[in-house]
Amino acid sequence: MKPGSKSFFRLTKPVVFLVCLLPLVILTASAFSVAGLGLGANPIEALLHEFGRWGLKFLLLSLAITPLRRWTGWNWLIRFRRMLGLFAFFYILLHFVVYAVLDQGLDIAVIIEDVLKRPYITLGMAALLMLVPLAVTSTKGMMRRLGKRWQKLHRLVYVIAILGVWHFYWQVKLDTLDATVYALILAGLLGTRVYFARMSRRSG
Amino acid sequence: MLIKRPDSIIPSEITDESVYLNRRELLKRAGLVTAGALAGHSVFASASDQGPTGRVLEGIQKSQYSTDEQVNSWTDITTYNNYYEFGTGKEDPSRNAVDFEPRPWSVTVNGECDRPGTYDYEDLVSGRVLEERIYRLRCVEAWSMVIPWVGIPLSSLVKQFEPNSKAKFVRFKTLHDPKRMPGQRRRNLDWPYEEGLTIEEAMHPLTLIAVGLYGRELPNQNGAPMRLVVPWKYGFKSIKAIVEINFTEKRPVSSWEQAIPNEYGFYANVNPEVSHPRWSQARERPIGAGVFASKKPTLMFNGYADQVASLYTGLDLRKNF
Repeated sequence: MKPGSKSFFRLTKPVVFLVCLLPLVILTASAFSVAGLGLGANPIEALLHEFGRWGLKFLLLSLAITPLRRWTGWNWLIRFRRMLGLFAFFYILLHFVVYAVLDQGLDIAVIIEDVLKRPYITLGMAALLMLVPLAVTSTKGMMRRLGKRWQKLHRLVYVIAILGVWHFYWQVKLDTLDATVYALILAGLLGTRVYFARMSRRSG
Repeated sequence: MLIKRPDSIIPSEITDESVYLNRRELLKRAGLVTAGALAGHSVFASASDQGPTGRVLEGIQKSQYSTDEQVNSWTDITTYNNYYEFGTGKEDPSRNAVDFEPRPWSVTVNGECDRPGTYDYEDLVSGRVLEERIYRLRCVEAWSMVIPWVGIPLSSLVKQFEPNSKAKFVRFKTLHDPKRMPGQRRRNLDWPYEEGLTIEEAMHPLTLIAVGLYGRELPNQNGAPMRLVVPWKYGFKSIKAIVEINFTEKRPVSSWEQAIPNEYGFYANVNPEVSHPRWSQARERPIGAGVFASKKPTLMFNGYADQVASLYTGLDLRKNF
């Protein structure tokens, strides 16, 4: 079976899909104490943080596709990018749902106050809202309809990723090590794009 | 001794500790346990409780200062700790403090007092009546737990050291020993951890030196062998593993105040009206109530306003947060 062939995708796409669902499966199992799993003393905080982290991880993974493809020449990687991007949106949406429903008890006044008064929540909310048009326009039909504008619109993901990591970094109390790792990976991924753009300009 | 237990478990229901630790280790190696996950805790309130463990303390008396709120489980209290000396994750101290040996232990007393010196732990604690004090601990991170401490009023220790008239403040230091406290190998706070109280706060009958929990010796991750508990202040004031008590005329600077002065003040009184710069302090998440429980309103001075508000008359609590 050749990578990039029809049968290759028919097999790998469902597998990748199920792997991407694993964090949700494990967190759900933990929430119900299945198989000795658990969420610790503060389950809401655990769900909130885990969904947020997974959202960022998938966002970074989707941004890693292009540089990986360039380096390895594995062009078939691009066929997984939409799925990774949509999973990023999915986990970030769950992160927001845990915040709004479980943490704030759907108290709209408190949520609005948070978004307006607490800069790290403002950033996170902005990133989530910007993700919505990207998710909506992720279909093949939309890609065709938007043509060149599609690519322009989807460059928003760079802004979203920066806001997302910034949101993570800003809410940490003191130990910024984890958030710094995310920031460095993002810087690397964005840096390669600048590098590739320069190279192509030079050669072109 | 009568200690309220949140739920009773028959021994056969309790997973043997070695089994459960092995299971965790396996899952961790398989990458299945994510940072927030810990064994045996359902979203529907405190389903399983692993404790209590440790040496039983004798002759504990009940106290009129205890709250009658439902106490948190042993597992909640011993697996959700802010104790950066053993790591910055909430569950790090319960894992990294296992091998910590809190004996022998001594406390150096110095500064403006007539009886300075180095006191053995046993000399400080033995011969004193141990009291059970059930207090709600309100963390600056907007969560709270109800904890059945065992300890002695700080005032009785302070009196023993005979502070002089220049002793306006009491400064405490935590042990600084990166070999025994692995979290101190990273410089996120400026070690050793330091905290301070005014002499009036130190002499207040609510202020406790805790040496136990749930009728047992204090677990390492909760600040063994002795820690401060000041129930009307945010949790970070309640310094753990105390090795030095210093009486001073000058106001000390506490570690969190030094690290981020606009977020953590010296007084750190629980105050629902003064927000942390990054989150509201108006409400708190009660730990152990499950995912569908709502937050509770935070009370001024954590509910001890009647007893302590007079300590702060004339002080602007917005500026002196």
